[in-house]
Parts: sequence; C-alpha cells; structure tokens
Amino acid sequence: MATLGDLERAVMDLLWEHPEAITANTLRDLLSQRTSDAGLDSRPLAVTTVLTVLSRLEKKGLVERERSSRPHRYRSVTSRAEHTAELMLEVLGSAPDREAVLARFIGTVSDGEADTLRKLLGR
Amino acid sequence: MFWTSWFLAVLAIALAWPVPVFLSRAHWPARAPFAAMVLWQSIALAGGLSMIGAMLCYGLVPLGENLSAGLHGLLEVVVGEESLDTLGLSHVFALSAASLLTAHLLFTLSLSYFRINRQRRRHRELLLLLSSPSSERPGTLVINHEAPVAYCLPGGSRSVTVLSDGLMTLLSPEELRAVLLHEQTHLAQRHHLLLWAFAAWRSALPWLPTSKLAQRAVSSLIEIMADDVALRSVSKSTLVTAIALVASGSAQLPAASLVGSDVEKIDTPATTSARLGRLLTPAPSMSAARQALIITLAVLLLAVPTALLLVPGILA
Repeated sequence: MATLGDLERAVMDLLWEHPEAITANTLRDLLSQRTSDAGLDSRPLAVTTVLTVLSRLEKKGLVERERSSRPHRYRSVTSRAEHTAELMLEVLGSAPDREAVLARFIGTVSDGEADTLRKLLGR
Repeated sequence: MFWTSWFLAVLAIALAWPVPVFLSRAHWPARAPFAAMVLWQSIALAGGLSMIGAMLCYGLVPLGENLSAGLHGLLEVVVGEESLDTLGLSHVFALSAASLLTAHLLFTLSLSYFRINRQRRRHRELLLLLSSPSSERPGTLVINHEAPVAYCLPGGSRSVTVLSDGLMTLLSPEELRAVLLHEQTHLAQRHHLLLWAFAAWRSALPWLPTSKLAQRAVSSLIEIMADDVALRSVSKSTLVTAIALVASGSAQLPAASLVGSDVEKIDTPATTSARLGRLLTPAPSMSAARQALIITLAVLLLAVPTALLLVPGILA
C-alpha cells in the first residue's frame, strides 16, 4: 500500500466485490487481510486513512455513503463493468468530445471495410 | 491601408474555401505528411490572421496610414480626444466585428482547453482504478476489456498508453510492439496539441469549410506520421496485420456498431483505408527539395499577412 492512489484502487476493488454497503471498519479489516495474504508489509492501517480515501472517492462520485446507519456504510455507485464500459465508450468515440482521449490506434470501420480486411488477412 | 485590407480579405477568402478544398483533394500529403501538417497549420493561422486583419485595417482606414497609426487614432477616439464621427458606421462595424471574432476565437480555444483537461482528468481517475500497470512495459496500462483497443492519454509526464486485454490476446508480441510504437509517437510528437487546436478552431467556426477539412486532414496526417515512425522499427507487414486485425476486431463489437454513422467522427473509416492503402501500395516519399519548398511556402503564407500588417507601421 504505497500511495494514496494504490489505496484508492484497493478500496474500489473491495467495494466492487461487495455490492452490499460496508463500513469503514470492515473495509479496513478486509484491506489488512489482503495485504497480509499477499505477504506484503502489514503495517496496521488506520480507520481514519480508510475514511480519508473513502471521502476522496465520494468526491469523485465513485462511492456513495449510507447515512441512515451509524457508522456510515459505503458502496460503489456503479459496478466495475459499467465504469469500464463508460471509459470504452469515450475511447470508441461515441462520447460527444473525443479529443480528451487521443488517437485510438484504429478508428471504427464500416462492415464492408471489415470484410475486406478479413479477406486481406485470409481468415 | 485600404488596399491592405482588400488584399487580406482576398487572402482570407482564399484560405477559407478554395485553398483547403484543393489541398484536401491532393494526394501528395500522404507522401510528405510533415510538410502537409506545417501547411495546414499555416493555412489556419494565416486564415485567422487575414480575416481579423482585413476587418481591422478596413475599420482603421479613416484613422491612420498604417496599423500602428490607426490603432493610435483608435485609442484617441476611445479616450475621447477625437470624435467618433471621424470613423463612420461601416468602419465602426468592421472594428466591432474584428474584436468580436478575436474574442470568440480566444474564448473557444481556452474553453475547449479546460473542457478537454477536465475530461482527461476524469478519464485518468477512472482509468487508474480500473487498469493495472503493465509489468514489462513502463508507461503502459492494461485495461480489462474484450474489445481490441489501444489509445494514449496525454498529460505531460503522466502520459500513458492504454492497451486492452482483448488487444493483447489478438496480437502477436511483434504486432503489439508496432501498436505501442505508433501510440508512443502520438505522445512524443505532442499530437494532442494539434488535435486540440484544430478541434477548437472547428467548433469556433463550424460553418467554415476550411476548419472542417483541416481537422480531418490533421487527424489523418498524425496517424500517417505515427505509422512512419513505427515502420522504422517493425516490418511493414507486421504493421499492416496489426491495423487490419484491430480494425476488423473492433468492427465486430456492439459498441462500434452502436457508435454507427450518425455521429460524424473525425476518425473516419477513410483514415483507416487510407493508411492501409498507403502501406500496401506505397508511393515513394516526396523529394527533400520539394518538401522544403512546401514548408517555405507555408512560412511565406503566414509571413506575408503578418508583414503587411506590421511593416508599414515600423517603416513609417
């Protein structure tokens, strides 16, 4: 768990694996378990650190908080697959402004062209 | 000054319509992509400069012999030392149009800069959570998706190339290297800046033929330039196979057909077939002398309106 970015990724991974909302405490336990399983240095992670990461992710609109219970429970806003699909749509060019993601290796080709290409490849 | 404004107006019209139409139909740009890129940039800059310059000069005709005298006169009108009546309605109109156009261009440019940056930041945030860094290739992320996709996300020292699982299973290591070299060229040659400038220009003046043609040409030229760099290290057949495999692979995707033809994309199919055609039936690249001539022409194209605007004021 070197950087905040790594932590964010680990937290999101766990939230995506647990569709039901979980508390920061549970998350901390799961994270420590994961690091010790991986044989990494298992410095105990503070719950406050997990809470910091969660609030950053919440600001980014990736995590939502259930405030009805105490302590608060957290869950991911959408699934991993949906987020990937969102990214891929941006890349594949249906997003209104495609300039943000630059120069995909190949653009979308028409069906006819795809046929020609397959013939070219001999498959 | 009056004749300067007419000359600039003629230049502006030529650069707005016949010149770009002519250039977009020419075949030589694929044989001299760098020279063509310089020429398109010069057309865009000279076009904007002569458009604004023509209106500005016409507007300032009653106020001075040359641009600096005219601007000095305008300042006197603005601070109230000279009456506005010296200008006359048509000149006031031309001056307003010139300043509005300048403001519009600058505003669109900065607006699209911020919009693209915001979108990139968001994309990067998600990407870093969803992808894993490639163990053997620095600066490369692998994202879990079946579509064969490769792209790069510019951002200074944090620029990354992104490959999908689908692409890595589809291509051989050598073909993958071709793809990576292609993408890394986009980043190394800062192609995103060109795309940004020409996209902003198009959204500022969408009705202008040149802005649309230029954007298309530029997005096709950067692909050609990236292909050329990749070809220095991989064989032509490897690159062709990689392009064909990725293109036919992505055509089978639901997402690709969903994107469909209703969205007018700058990355048109024509680009893909042009790239392949160029690789399969190669034309010899243009002689260095001719390329130098085109670049000289491009420089002159920008230098002439600049000189017309500035030199009379300096000489006077």
